[in-house]
Amino acid sequence: MGKSVNSTNSIVVKDLHKSYKDLKVLDGVSFSVKKGDILALLGPNGAGKTTTVKILSTLLHPDKGEAQINGYDIKSDEAAVRSNIGLTGQYAAVDEYLTGEENLKLIGRLYRLNKDDVNRRSKQLLEQFDLVEASTRPVKTYSGGMRRRLDLAMSLIASPPVIFLDEPTTGLDPRSRLTMWAMIEKLASGGTTILLTTQYMEEADYLADNIVVIDNGKVIAEGTSDTLKSKVGSDRLELKIAKNSSLEKAEKIIDGKVLNVDKDDRIISIATKKGAGELRRILEQLEKAKIDVVDVSLHRPTLDDVFLSLTGKVTSEEEKESKK
Amino acid sequence: MSSEESIITPEKRSSIYWTVSDTWLMAKRSTTHIIRSLDQVMSLILFPIMFMLLNRYVFGGAIDTGDISYANYLFAGIFVQTLAFGANYTTINLAVDMKEGIIDRFRSLPMGNSALVTGHIVSDLVRNIISGAIIILVGLLVGFRPNANFGEWLMVIGLAMLFTLAISWLSAILGLLVKSLEAAQWVGFIIIFPLTFISSAFVPTETMPSALRAFAENQPITHVIDTMRSLLVGTPLDNSGWLSIVWCVGIIIVSVPITSRLFRRRSQR
Repeated sequence: MGKSVNSTNSIVVKDLHKSYKDLKVLDGVSFSVKKGDILALLGPNGAGKTTTVKILSTLLHPDKGEAQINGYDIKSDEAAVRSNIGLTGQYAAVDEYLTGEENLKLIGRLYRLNKDDVNRRSKQLLEQFDLVEASTRPVKTYSGGMRRRLDLAMSLIASPPVIFLDEPTTGLDPRSRLTMWAMIEKLASGGTTILLTTQYMEEADYLADNIVVIDNGKVIAEGTSDTLKSKVGSDRLELKIAKNSSLEKAEKIIDGKVLNVDKDDRIISIATKKGAGELRRILEQLEKAKIDVVDVSLHRPTLDDVFLSLTGKVTSEEEKESKK
Repeated sequence: MSSEESIITPEKRSSIYWTVSDTWLMAKRSTTHIIRSLDQVMSLILFPIMFMLLNRYVFGGAIDTGDISYANYLFAGIFVQTLAFGANYTTINLAVDMKEGIIDRFRSLPMGNSALVTGHIVSDLVRNIISGAIIILVGLLVGFRPNANFGEWLMVIGLAMLFTLAISWLSAILGLLVKSLEAAQWVGFIIIFPLTFISSAFVPTETMPSALRAFAENQPITHVIDTMRSLLVGTPLDNSGWLSIVWCVGIIIVSVPITSRLFRRRSQR
């Protein structure tokens, strides 16, 4: 058990900085995760997600900043931090030549558990992760989904109170992804604190209590998935206009809510919160102006939209403030 | 998973206990790799067997080894070459571990830092015991007739293990330095190959050009081979006995700290 200093927050991260030579990977990242919560670190490739996880799991030293896991400092108390965490990296960190069971037991003993605990936990986890049948086969015969499951089981062998999952479902087929999600949810409902990184909005949406969006090593937004979605402006409506000549006119009619105009493909993107009603109103207006629409589509917010909108908003707000 | 279930308390033991335990676990892991991939051992001893047969039957007749038969002369060279090639697997297996995600898992555990490298080196010892025994059998088949007594055989085994340790620690350095698995495959051979050829392994050094001969007679592999040969078939020992031990111990003393430094640097960027 951790010290009682931050009894409500299992992970506290303050102002992390990390650079590789001239490349700034983390530029002042701060957040915290409540005990038993799932936090999703959301961002594109190269945003600094993996670096953050590596620093928090003591694999990397930050240049500046500090962090506590269950009250233990990642710099001054490495050993205690390592006993309190489980790490599942981007690539299944399993031993190909060992069997599933041998993998679990090896890691259990390296966590310094006694043999009875190791045997008991291995058995539990093999059952829980549906690997009993495969447990005596070398891992090189496993499918991708089985590897990931074993990988996750290995990081749970010591029942650590804090788990880091670095892109746990990248490269998995849809069915394995759902299985993985179910397992992560179950884990959190058992009181484990989970920090997961992902590039998928829907994954963060489905699993996370809180989402931290990072880009270029900075936190650009933080909140529940609902808060973030409202910031994004919810759905995106795309209209394909028939003629180039009417594109500008259409833009004026729709006024205000235009996110983006793609002149080559004659597509106007609109942020909308009212979905169908808004769509009908816009189509009626365009018809009145005798502008032909050849195609209409409605999109749920994607990660791209989050970034487009979030980064866009930041600059426009700054502009507003500087004008004042 | 019950909500009460929190971290399972680790066993309370001394740090020496854990260092030994971690190393034992990692050695067991690497040794399991050998048993599950016996083709590695087989391909490893294929080269020395090929050399033994080629040298024995193709060149053997043309090489003058004085009082002893060429088969008796050749064996010590092939034996040491086998041990040296075996260490290349420390380079490869370490490079594989560093490349794959498993190094991050190991590093995020409370285990000791050196256990991974030491584990590979212990498994090298096991592998070399297997391949050494096979090579001795093949040698006997092609006319190698040792006259060593029990004590001398014990010394042969002891020196073989000491030499394996030395060359494995060197190979660990290579494994941590190489950037790719392809490089790991051949970098060891590039060093071991000329070293075993420019030595007393296959021909007496007296016939070499003087510069080459000076090198051949003073490099560690020659000392180890000459010592083995003296123990096995009774050729003169000269200074090779203590020199081979000094070389091996010296290599270990220098390599161990370099390896642990490199390991820390590689795994903690």
